[in-house]
Amino acid sequence: MNSSEYSPATPSSFWNDTGSSGITAWIFSTDHKRIGLLYFWSVLSFFLVAVVLGLLLRIELMAPGRTIMGPETYNALFTVHGAIMVFLFIIPGFPGAFGNLVMPIQIGARDVSFPRLNLFSWWLYMIGAAVIITALFTGGGAPDTGWTFYVPFSARSGTNVSLAVFGVFIVGFSSIVTGVNFVTTIHRLRAPGMSWDRLPLFVWSLYATAWVQILATPILGITLLLIIAERVLGVGLFDPVKGGDPVMYQHLFWIYSHPAVYIMILPAMGVISEIIPVFSRKPVFGYKMIAFSSIAIAAAGSLVWGHHMFTSGISDRAILIFSFLTFVVAIPSAIKVFNWVSTLYRGSISLEAPMLYALSFIILFSIGGLTGLILGAAATDIHVHDTHFVVGHFHYVIFGGSGFALFGAMHYWLPKFYGRRYAEKPAVVAWGLMFVGFNITYFTMMVLGMKGMPRRYYDYLPEFAPLNLVATVGSWILAVGLVLMLVNLIRGLRGGEPVGDNPWGGATLEWTVPSPPPTENFPEEPVVTHGPYDFSKSGMP
Amino acid sequence: MSHPEHKDYAGAKLGMWLFLFTEILLFGGLFILYAVYLHRYPREFSSGGHELNVFYGATNTMVLLTSSLMAAMAVTAIQQGRRLLTLRLLGSTIFCAAIFMGIKYLEWSAKIHHGIYPGSPRLAAGPPGESVFFGLYYLSTGLHGLHVLIGGSVLGWIGVKVRRGVVTADDFVLLENGALYWHLVDLVWIFIFPLYYLML
Repeated sequence: MNSSEYSPATPSSFWNDTGSSGITAWIFSTDHKRIGLLYFWSVLSFFLVAVVLGLLLRIELMAPGRTIMGPETYNALFTVHGAIMVFLFIIPGFPGAFGNLVMPIQIGARDVSFPRLNLFSWWLYMIGAAVIITALFTGGGAPDTGWTFYVPFSARSGTNVSLAVFGVFIVGFSSIVTGVNFVTTIHRLRAPGMSWDRLPLFVWSLYATAWVQILATPILGITLLLIIAERVLGVGLFDPVKGGDPVMYQHLFWIYSHPAVYIMILPAMGVISEIIPVFSRKPVFGYKMIAFSSIAIAAAGSLVWGHHMFTSGISDRAILIFSFLTFVVAIPSAIKVFNWVSTLYRGSISLEAPMLYALSFIILFSIGGLTGLILGAAATDIHVHDTHFVVGHFHYVIFGGSGFALFGAMHYWLPKFYGRRYAEKPAVVAWGLMFVGFNITYFTMMVLGMKGMPRRYYDYLPEFAPLNLVATVGSWILAVGLVLMLVNLIRGLRGGEPVGDNPWGGATLEWTVPSPPPTENFPEEPVVTHGPYDFSKSGMP
Repeated sequence: MSHPEHKDYAGAKLGMWLFLFTEILLFGGLFILYAVYLHRYPREFSSGGHELNVFYGATNTMVLLTSSLMAAMAVTAIQQGRRLLTLRLLGSTIFCAAIFMGIKYLEWSAKIHHGIYPGSPRLAAGPPGESVFFGLYYLSTGLHGLHVLIGGSVLGWIGVKVRRGVVTADDFVLLENGALYWHLVDLVWIFIFPLYYLML
């Protein structure tokens, strides 16, 4: 990367601070902005790889029988698609990329509490990713277990499961390091006047996320180590022949992996809570409730893992309790949605690209959330468990929710760090294509699931053929929109129109510093005198 | 980076405590499995526990408790600026860690010699609960042993820093955090010892 090409505006910007534009100025930098961009481009690359895999899966499912690949390849593809999307894209995506870029500036700090650990977390992430990629091409080949690595199959599969889960273990460690760093930073490095009730809502959401990363990820760590122990040592803790219980694996796995869904969605909600007030020109409605609901989601979300296991043979009483707790999580989520809509009410709404992503987040997340209740209710779950309905629901929450929020964050914040912006019209067209393509793809999947099409099956009955074709065509529209969005965004960041300090009229601290920000973020430590959405006092109209 | 050195002791310790939470939760997964399988196989867990060598276990408990005391004293010594004493105490801690690992080696060798190891024919022939008990025993003590090795190495690395005068009476948070980690290693053993060796 050639820094001089990007940042003409301010010679003191963080792009020019080392006097070197070589790669070592990046991969050994402890500046949170450089680490944030390292994370951003890394997760984006893995995202694109997994997108291609997803498109191939859709092409395979376009028609019954063999279309472009054999069943073993198909199993490996959906496993790798899921594992990359979950562990290498969306979990590190928000904290690693935008958390690092934005959070220290939003709290008025020069950097995070542990800058060297921060760099270490990126290195761990890349090492873990390298191990996972190595696992795909060595030994028995890419894992074919699905991203959940369920026993007994994961203990017996001849594919390279051990190495792949070890890679995920390392990536998990990276996630823990980021979590520890962020909790400490938010406690210790807030600028004078940045009280907890003036904390931007994105920071609140990262705070809740970081706690989930700290408290849930170790359980994934031990679970993955146990898979390796099963495979290498034959310990048998999950093997009924040796007295073990495979359901215990599912418990341990979901004790992490359900809260992990909140690692993916909570910071996305934080992004939406930033974008909506700025583009409505109105203070956010219900600041305290939005902040509190992040913590409530993190807390309640840690107690609902059993709803993945309604058909696994857990007791009826356990099903009732987990079902009830699942419904409880819907309350803080709904609180957020109602507060965003109330913020919009009588606001002076400007429909620019970040706002379009934020609004579509509300719609798609609401569909994803409400279909989650269908899955959370035991009776209906029995009908749609392990069908395409689950696939559709999950993509509504994580792609329509977190993914669209990430795209919104890219349009909202990346101009800040590049000093240049994208063209508005193509950004809107790209958004439109993605929104339409998304709904065609995943809503169709939910209908297919309701009709009984199972997930992860290579082949299906002929009556599912027309809708599968529709879903596949939808995925192409989605892909075209995605390519247009990225091309427009990257071209804009490289050579687009320069932006000023505050292109959107935001009132949080990152908009008070130059674009791109200087290395130390602030010329002197800022003193915060007003709330994050107090537009009247921030000097904006 | 041109950041001026800034030291945030409270922040460094907060970060360490958060990290220690994650370590407890890592072992927590194994303790959950222990609880569930104890409930399922109380008799096999009891007979399995009786096969473990209480003398080795108790000795190791004493060794680790002593090492923790040494680590805590090292923190006090550095605060008083007594560098040589700090180094001696750290050396004793690491020495205790080595004794612990030595005893662990004897213990594991004896068990393996008797045909008790994961996937062994003897365990496969016995009742299923016994295999689960020893599986958990090896995983818990193995993961703990790994932490003893890591903790000992970290303390050794900190000892080098004490020797070079990087960790001093004015800047000892690294040693304090290292000692905290060592106490965690001790704490986990305090739970492993009664759960496995003192089964009734």
